[in-house]
Amino acid sequence: MASGRALELEHVSAGYGETVVLEDVDLGLAPGESLSVIGRNGVGKTTLLATVMGHTTLHGGDVRLRGRSIMRLPIHRRAQLGLGFVPQEREIFPSLSVRENLQVAARPGHWTEARVFELFPNLAARVSNMGHQLSGGEQQMLAIARALMTNPAVLLMDEPTEGLAPVIVEALTAVLLRLRDESALSIVLVEQNSRVALAFSPRTVVMDKGRVVYDGASAELAADPERLARLIGLAE
Amino acid sequence: MSEYRGGAQARTALARRHRVRAWEPLPWIVALGFFFAFPKHLGFGTEVLVTILFALSLDLVLGYAGIVTLGHAAFFGVGAYTVGMLAKHGLWNEPLTSLALAGIVGAAVGLGSGLVLLRTRGLTLLMLTLCTMALLEEAGNLAHTWTGGFDGLDSLPIAPLLGRFEFSPLYPTTQYLYVLVVLFLCFVFVRTLVYSPFGQSLTGIRENILRMPAVGAPVPRRLAVCYTLSAGIAGIAGGIWAQANAYVNLGTLGLDRAATVLIMLALGGRGRLYGAFVGAIAYMVLSHFLSKIYPTAWQLGLGLLLVVIALFAHNGILGLGETVWRRLRVSRPLNMGAPQHRTPNPPL
Repeated sequence: MASGRALELEHVSAGYGETVVLEDVDLGLAPGESLSVIGRNGVGKTTLLATVMGHTTLHGGDVRLRGRSIMRLPIHRRAQLGLGFVPQEREIFPSLSVRENLQVAARPGHWTEARVFELFPNLAARVSNMGHQLSGGEQQMLAIARALMTNPAVLLMDEPTEGLAPVIVEALTAVLLRLRDESALSIVLVEQNSRVALAFSPRTVVMDKGRVVYDGASAELAADPERLARLIGLAE
Repeated sequence: MSEYRGGAQARTALARRHRVRAWEPLPWIVALGFFFAFPKHLGFGTEVLVTILFALSLDLVLGYAGIVTLGHAAFFGVGAYTVGMLAKHGLWNEPLTSLALAGIVGAAVGLGSGLVLLRTRGLTLLMLTLCTMALLEEAGNLAHTWTGGFDGLDSLPIAPLLGRFEFSPLYPTTQYLYVLVVLFLCFVFVRTLVYSPFGQSLTGIRENILRMPAVGAPVPRRLAVCYTLSAGIAGIAGGIWAQANAYVNLGTLGLDRAATVLIMLALGGRGRLYGAFVGAIAYMVLSHFLSKIYPTAWQLGLGLLLVVIALFAHNGILGLGETVWRRLRVSRPLNMGAPQHRTPNPPL
């Protein structure tokens, strides 16, 4: 049944084995929409993305991609149907060159090698280098480029700026904004850095204890730091 | 640094990765040279070539796909018994077609067992591969009417190769050249496979088995295909061993053979194609000479060498050579177009 949503989570409860981390999460993402997810460590942000990708145990609810339930599908089928995932640890393949890292993920569509190299000129200059020879920032770019090569409809990014130098974070944020503005992708950005998260997307979700405690305009939170601190549990 | 120039550069880079390097014909020239230089040792040479083929099949699963197995001799033995039983019972003894059958039966057993075993990982997988081999060995022992049981099948009536070239046990010239050609063809196949996108995805699976599904790769299917192809090549190795020696026994299905080929690959360097060559030759030549020097405890020397390799060279002799080569080149400026080195394999 087509819902018109790129991605939809309906009453999702999920976790690892018997342990439930996400509880009754409802979330929808329109085609081309971007969404930031913020929250403290351990509130379930990464688990949210892992659940969409199929890495966790689903205890209840449904996950739909472009109207199709994907909860029973294996991970590779979800990727083939249009989910792109940039993991927190980058996890590029160190023994493969930059080009080979892209080739193993390539599927037909808008994103070609030429297009990702246009987006990440640094990678184009390092095309023959092995994955392990790249800097942290370049590895992050490669992880995003590799996800784009799968030609996803929805791109899930888990803390892409984590552990990077401020100057690299700025450069990467510029690329992410370009990706948001110039592509038809729906993007979910999980981010610890609330400044980046709120600037990236007009809509933000705040999570706490496995639940969505705020789903609304980023500008509203940006204008009210006290409320933001209260929502993410940093204020008394 | 080079600038990206689209498809032309992609083709060049791909061609560079696939191209035959200047030194690559060398092992084959040496193998041919051996034929003329050591006509009295062709039996030993044949054994080395068969072992290289077997080690190459193991390298495909262990070195490239990261499937840890201690039961690869199961497929070697299945191939050997396919040839042996067909010939001994008068069903079929034409060498080329029976060798193809050995490969097919090996691949079928690999597919059947792989579909079950490859659902597991680590120690469980290791034990299950061992159990599969032990079960096959015991089945071979029990079915003595067909397999000859503990005594095996000897004096196999293998027909002349191409109807002309006899398999002589005393002058194994036919065996040597036959095995050399089969090894070359299998090597070309494996080399093409590991440099293909399929081979790259195997490397991806080895390096991060959780990440590959997220880029749309069906990991279980690819591992099963790799395991099946590898089992097929091991079956060919076993089949050709039976043809070359004109006998087959339960030792072809034994742990000794499986462990030895694993040691050879560790010695030579896994995931490097030529590690199978270097490891098999180093192991067999060392065994040969050490057993002459010190017949009662020759394995002590091999054991010490393996300890040294395990402690100081996780990536085997080739990995060690690569490290030395890289250090020699470290003072030179980085050439972006030069072939790149690999990350070290984790210890077995």
